[in-house]
Amino acid sequence: MFEVDLLIVGAGPAGLCAALEAGQEGLSVLLVDENAKPGGQLFKQIHKFFGSEMHKAGTRGFRIGENLVREIAECPNITLWLNSVVFSAIDQNHFEVVHNCSVQVINTKKVIVATGAIEKGLVFPGWTLPGVMGAGALQTMININRVRPGNKLLMVGSGNVGLIVSYQFLQAGGESVILVEAANRIGGYGVHASKIRRYGTNIITGCSVESVSGNGKVESAILAKVDDKFQTIKGTQWEEKVDIVAIAAGLYPLMELLRQLGCEFTMCPPLGGWVPVHDERMETSLNGIFIAGDVSGAEEASTAMEEGRLAAWSVTYDLAKCTKNKYESVRIDITKRLEALRSGPYGIARKNAKDSIYAIAKNFSKLR
Amino acid sequence: MEENLKTCGVISSDEFKNCKGWPSEERFSKGPVAILECIEEIPCNPCECSCPKGAIYVGHPITNLPTLDESKCVGCKSCIASCPGLAIFVEDHTFSDKEALVSFPFEFIPYPKKGEKVSAVNRKSEVVCPAVVHDIYCTKSNDATMIVTLRVDKEYVHQVRSCKMLGD
Repeated sequence: MFEVDLLIVGAGPAGLCAALEAGQEGLSVLLVDENAKPGGQLFKQIHKFFGSEMHKAGTRGFRIGENLVREIAECPNITLWLNSVVFSAIDQNHFEVVHNCSVQVINTKKVIVATGAIEKGLVFPGWTLPGVMGAGALQTMININRVRPGNKLLMVGSGNVGLIVSYQFLQAGGESVILVEAANRIGGYGVHASKIRRYGTNIITGCSVESVSGNGKVESAILAKVDDKFQTIKGTQWEEKVDIVAIAAGLYPLMELLRQLGCEFTMCPPLGGWVPVHDERMETSLNGIFIAGDVSGAEEASTAMEEGRLAAWSVTYDLAKCTKNKYESVRIDITKRLEALRSGPYGIARKNAKDSIYAIAKNFSKLR
Repeated sequence: MEENLKTCGVISSDEFKNCKGWPSEERFSKGPVAILECIEEIPCNPCECSCPKGAIYVGHPITNLPTLDESKCVGCKSCIASCPGLAIFVEDHTFSDKEALVSFPFEFIPYPKKGEKVSAVNRKSEVVCPAVVHDIYCTKSNDATMIVTLRVDKEYVHQVRSCKMLGD
């Protein structure tokens, strides 16, 4: 039996920041990730981040990851287990982990689940052909594995992921990009769209992919204009020769462990679908089970890092490892920074969605 | 459908009217100056901190559009690589009678070389004119974002926003 103050599941931006804050405050932390390397999606983010100077804006994502991983290694209170899977929750304090080819039982006082999110698929004739993949998968191939799986990309979806990965595909030496968006407006930041347009990307709004075909791999796609209900407008179909189709249709929280634990969920489309109910302190409907990052609603790395810090401070306070005054002042600072990241026309829907989840959590707090 | 930033990724002339980072023609005539092509209220402010002259203001909330104080800007290009959106450019209309300089961020390899002849492209990737690479450099803080300066016919300087990728 491995005993710790805090078990953190997932060593992405949220988990790493949570571990650092808690470790530096003197909690014994076990940080577990199923991947061979920590950092989650940070290491494939080769672009400079938006945000404030405080959020390391203007810094490339993988550099933020490098710094966090170095700080984690320097903190004696943090144990990092890689290639390890938290596969079962016995109860709120006991978890089973496959580590070094054996099952370890963890006895922990508190838990932060920071398991992130997974890409949504899109189903159309030909979607199982090799060459059709998630935009995040394409990003991993070109930026982590340095393999460009094709030359002519069809990107489906114009959120920031679709726009950024299109740009990175061109940086990786891709020949051409066609980007289609079913809505009549580009979903992500205009500056990202300008970037790819400047280098030849054809951005088509009000358009979707109808089917993909090819002999054993993607060779062409049929595109069609769609109406405001996303229904194909008859007679508008045309064919484009492409060899990669990437789907950037959003993300949804990865919450199997929270399901096992019996957390309450609520349907929240702006944050990806079903999300765990949680309060402003990042605690779920279950006492001592906290969440942070995309698992609490798909957003982006900067908010994930702040939520990780916030969850860690809530745990620290609940374990009586810091004063109420200290906790309150840190909590207010982080909350202000989160509000800044959720402001403006792109942030307000996420801010309102979070507020509605916090409101639901108030009822659970009473039950708890 | 109207072509603008949200339908095709190119800022329309109407949208440029709301841009607080576009210098006056009078200012352009006096020497190099930055252009902040940022018209959406996104939470972002590295440009403000990058300016050694305090010529860029975002303030609070950080979703404010950046405002350029054209009297303070000296066109030093420090801001160009700070913008995660690659939306800052510097134009110098005083280079010579016929030619102007335009500087932009560039993140594709191979990099063009100083003195090389390239094709200057506009916001839609259309070739607008031939150009010569007047300068190209990268500082450590730019973190691999090259700052390319092209020498172009004055007539086209407001249109030129990059050069064709050399891999093409």
